[in-house]
Amino acid sequence: MKSVLHIVGSGPAGLSAARTALDAGARICLIDDNHAPGGQIWRGGPARWTDARARDAWDALRDHPDCTIMQDAQVIGCGDAGTLLVETGGRGVSVPFERVVLCAGSRELALPFPGWTLPGVTGAGGLQALIKGGMPVCGRRVVVAGSGPLLLATASTALRAGAHVAAIVEHQPWSRLSAFGLGLLSRHGKKFLQAASLFAELRGIPYVTGALLVEARGEDVLRGIVVRAGGRDVEYACDFLAAGFGLVPNTDLARALRCDIVDGAVKVDGGQRTSRANIWAAGECTGIGGVDKAVTEGRIAALDALGLAPSGRDLPLRRTAHAFAALLARTFAPDASLQAMCGPETIVCRCEDVTLARLLPHRDWREAKLATRVGMGPCQGKTCGAACAFLFGWSHEDARTPIMPATARALSDFVKQGES
Amino acid sequence: MSLPDPFSRVLVDGVPIDVPRGVNVVAALVAAGSLCTRRSVTGQRRFAFCGIGQCQECRVTVDGRANRLACRTICADGMTIDTGGDW
Repeated sequence: MKSVLHIVGSGPAGLSAARTALDAGARICLIDDNHAPGGQIWRGGPARWTDARARDAWDALRDHPDCTIMQDAQVIGCGDAGTLLVETGGRGVSVPFERVVLCAGSRELALPFPGWTLPGVTGAGGLQALIKGGMPVCGRRVVVAGSGPLLLATASTALRAGAHVAAIVEHQPWSRLSAFGLGLLSRHGKKFLQAASLFAELRGIPYVTGALLVEARGEDVLRGIVVRAGGRDVEYACDFLAAGFGLVPNTDLARALRCDIVDGAVKVDGGQRTSRANIWAAGECTGIGGVDKAVTEGRIAALDALGLAPSGRDLPLRRTAHAFAALLARTFAPDASLQAMCGPETIVCRCEDVTLARLLPHRDWREAKLATRVGMGPCQGKTCGAACAFLFGWSHEDARTPIMPATARALSDFVKQGES
Repeated sequence: MSLPDPFSRVLVDGVPIDVPRGVNVVAALVAAGSLCTRRSVTGQRRFAFCGIGQCQECRVTVDGRANRLACRTICADGMTIDTGGDW
């Protein structure tokens, strides 16, 4: 009997890896925590996909006799070095693996500013995901702020859903954005055209550059925001503020599996192999670079895991995708001036309501955790961990199982399965 | 009376509301005008933030089960959703 290649995550990298492995004659098991495949960028499930790569992969996967799909299945950690612990349908299931490809994606870098905990303030990708999940924004006033190309995509999603987008507020100055545009034009023509078409769609909306978020205002709910640009403060009334400062690789599971992490991303070699012999990684969890990087890396990872070499097309595609990733990082990496957004009384850890002032006396993440409970609430530092890394340079510890909140029932299932 | 097929009727803090079939619980809360999922440890009102099941801000009680993530839970006919906003 053929052994099974396990794949965690069904975004672009996971679907690409799954499809590649099936095409090569392997059996696969795809584990995904959402109710529909697609991850974040292909969110909403097959009926809403416009990218042919998503549809093609899904058509190859579904109903394939060698393909098992676990949807709504949250990997909450690992048992021993070769077992994933998965919570699905309220129960815990131990999933032993021989080889696994981690396609865990990314999450948003949320940087604290006064008022960011008010209802109505979301991440930039966060608002996009919520709108795709059915959140009604028709006729509501939305401001999109922060930094990076995701701001434009979010504004477009909000506009198409009938929102009134009052402004797009970009931290980077126009000079740097122009250089980014030239960088796209010189090597990433298709992405340049995508950006140009987004700008055309959004042309009626004020695009404020070189701007800093001063605060979100409101008592119990967001009423408006204040933005500083060119030495002047401007207030925008809004019902929703989508604030995002880029993406960070999701490395929780990789860290729980003791894979090496470098610069916040899962370390991989040319075959997408991690530092652990039977574990590969692909897509945003190995570094932020978008959908093309994820699709190509997913393909290379699956081939390598099956002992096959990448095709002649894969390596140049990955080089181009990595060049785009480097251009993104050069242009939009958050600079130290964004630290000034966070005042002494600004909450940094949303789970435990820990302010900046309470964190300042501490030397590292561990000491701050013990003294203030920062990062010790239900999200386990998934939001404030990256913020503290940015504000103080604090590095994470190893992730411990469970990496996501799990029910006692699921945990007791794992214990029983371990005993039998 | 049965509902037209493309809608689900849910109860948000006891108040019935019809939402398009397939939307998540955050969508139902916004449709109900309830921009509060929970109170923070110091009593602040909070609402969905990350939208992708990471930040845990959108924890609500669904059909009597506490700490369900509103952004990851799809509305179903007859579902009861209780927020922590009423104190």
